[in-house]
Amino acid sequence: MYRIVKKTQLANSIALMETEAPMVARGCQPGQFVIVRMDEDGERIPLTICDYDREKGTVTLVIQVVGAETRRMTKDLKLEAFHDVVGPLGCPSELVEKTDEELKAMKIVFVAGGLGTAPVYPQVKYLHSRGIDADVIIGAKTKDIVILEEEMKAVAGNVYVTTDDGSYGRSGMVTQTLQDLVEKEGKHYDLCVAIGPMIMMKFVCKLTETLNIPTIVSMNPIMVDGTGMCGACRITVDGQVKFACVDGPEFDGHKVNFDEAMRRTQLYKTQEGRAMLALEEGDTHHGGCGNCE
Amino acid sequence: MGDVNVKVPVREQDAKERATNFKEVCLGYNQEEAQEEASRCLNCKNARCILGCPVAINIPGFIQEVKAGNIEKAYQIISESSALPAVCGRVCPQETQCEGQCVRGIKGEAVSIGKLERFVADWASEHGIKPEVTAEKKGKKVAVIGSGPSGLTCAGDLAKMGYNVTIFEALHEPGGVLVYGIPEFRLPKTDVVAKEIENVRSLGVKIETNVVIGKSITIDELIEEEGFDAVFVGSGAGLPKFMGIPGENANGVFSANEYLTRSNLMKSFREDSNTPIMKSKKVAVVGGGNVAMDAARTALRLGAEVHIVYRRSEEELPARVEEVHHAKEEGIIFDLLTNPTEILSDEKGWVTGMKCVRMELGEPDESGRRRPVVVPGSEFVLEADTVIMSLGTSPNPLISSTTKGLEVNKYKCIVASEENGATSKEGVYAGGDAVTGAATVILAMGAGKAAAKGIHEFLSK
Repeated sequence: MYRIVKKTQLANSIALMETEAPMVARGCQPGQFVIVRMDEDGERIPLTICDYDREKGTVTLVIQVVGAETRRMTKDLKLEAFHDVVGPLGCPSELVEKTDEELKAMKIVFVAGGLGTAPVYPQVKYLHSRGIDADVIIGAKTKDIVILEEEMKAVAGNVYVTTDDGSYGRSGMVTQTLQDLVEKEGKHYDLCVAIGPMIMMKFVCKLTETLNIPTIVSMNPIMVDGTGMCGACRITVDGQVKFACVDGPEFDGHKVNFDEAMRRTQLYKTQEGRAMLALEEGDTHHGGCGNCE
Repeated sequence: MGDVNVKVPVREQDAKERATNFKEVCLGYNQEEAQEEASRCLNCKNARCILGCPVAINIPGFIQEVKAGNIEKAYQIISESSALPAVCGRVCPQETQCEGQCVRGIKGEAVSIGKLERFVADWASEHGIKPEVTAEKKGKKVAVIGSGPSGLTCAGDLAKMGYNVTIFEALHEPGGVLVYGIPEFRLPKTDVVAKEIENVRSLGVKIETNVVIGKSITIDELIEEEGFDAVFVGSGAGLPKFMGIPGENANGVFSANEYLTRSNLMKSFREDSNTPIMKSKKVAVVGGGNVAMDAARTALRLGAEVHIVYRRSEEELPARVEEVHHAKEEGIIFDLLTNPTEILSDEKGWVTGMKCVRMELGEPDESGRRRPVVVPGSEFVLEADTVIMSLGTSPNPLISSTTKGLEVNKYKCIVASEENGATSKEGVYAGGDAVTGAATVILAMGAGKAAAKGIHEFLSK
């Protein structure tokens, strides 16, 4: 068992959990992820590492309710421990490989969409520890689900928050902010790292292609084992099939086939939806709709 | 007493009934049947069956004990050589190994060694009999990477010699391919696999799950920082192959590894599972090996019409004859001499079928099998909503790429001595599919055994 030592509700459907996982914490790097199972019947759920403490042997994970299993996991913050935490999985962010000189020579902007703020945080924090302050755009649908803003401000250069509905910060999509920064506010960036929903990453990449800014994205497809064994997470990058779990999760965003990747995330949506309904309705779920088996 | 030239038949679940459930197909012998079958053994002085067994079980020895009704004694004889008799009795290709060598087989049918081994192991499990441990502690630590057949065997043998053994497993459950690969209806997980792993634990072996060697910790760190005196790599061949044809990333195309892992490891065949599996109407399984049969028979049990699509003829099917026979009995349709060229999908990216061509057999190729060649103008479409690619697997490069000085060949297989498992790196041994590429449970166990001996010799220097 992997004891959860700290848990908080960051927003309505987003929870933060710090869990003991010494084998992960001993060597994990920004960009990597873990797979957790909440109990002995749990599904294997991939989660990007948001923070880690090598001394304490803990990692911090941020979980958003996207289906029945993540609902079960975060419900009323009751979970005391994970049954399994395995990792670190995937390759570290390329930024980790770069020398201080290389890093200092470039101006980096991070685009964090929704839950994507969590995996962006350790990268920005890492750069800060090397003396580099990157700019960060945090986007969310609405004010209530902007997460980790204060934490980010402590380690970033400029933090620009934008909400789709204009309820907080700037108004509009992250692409609008990025375009404004570059075209109207005189910003220049040599590298963009975009992490968030696939649809957001797709449109950020479309924009940065026209702005001529190389862009790294972190892919979050369906996974089972996370070690290269099943191929569920395969995506097409530059015409080649790649496994996000071992070849990624970070890729050159301008070469990723997002349309295919987004289609592949739909695989179990119908089943997931039914499982979610069954969970919400509990004993009152009678399957009378005629669609349930 | 029946005909001595014929095996005592083994009871099986009826084909129609079992096609709808995940309970074990073969029901095994009872003691009476086992003793009758055992009495067919000629107890040859130069027992050829032992030579046919990769772990050299004293086969006539244990069969004589079965014949006499001393089942516990029979179990201890098997345990001297094998850590997983209940598994091997079920999944070994006995027809090409021990039974293939049996003198009885010249005039009639070989003694049913596999079914007898299974009976003895199941009897021991029911009666709570554990393998005996005798050796004194040696005070040396060995790390075993992977808890599949080779790792469990190597660990069990080393523990019996008195070494302090820790197995590191990447998944959340130990067993490797026995747990994620082979389905419940061939190899029950709770009653058979878990119990045999428990027996290995009872020898003093520690098992740490959720540790990915090469990611969580490297082999070099195990040796330099964690004080292990030797390492055995039994990490298997886990990487799936795809055909590289158009449309392979459509929704509804799976590797056999994924499909089987969902069903076997994650239990998604059960209604109450939290892990989903595709609910298919018509499934095409591409490939003709044991894994293809397992995937096909799993899909059938989940309610689909299932086609095996294989480019050569029935004679070349790499799967065991018994598996092909069982698959046919259950209603799997074999589309032989057929090869897919493209996967078709609808506008939303869901599989609708496969473009295929008919093949015919030409001249023999390097493997000695007749090479399949395309029949001109034979293109047709096989409708399907699911395609399962079962084309074999190759070793995961995670370990070789993170271990200094560990030599691999062009297929990314670790180069290791067949005799003692030694690799190019001192103190590091390897065996099983990580070395040979995808093969069988028992060959992996044989390699685990050889490496245990090799490690013992290395640590005794």
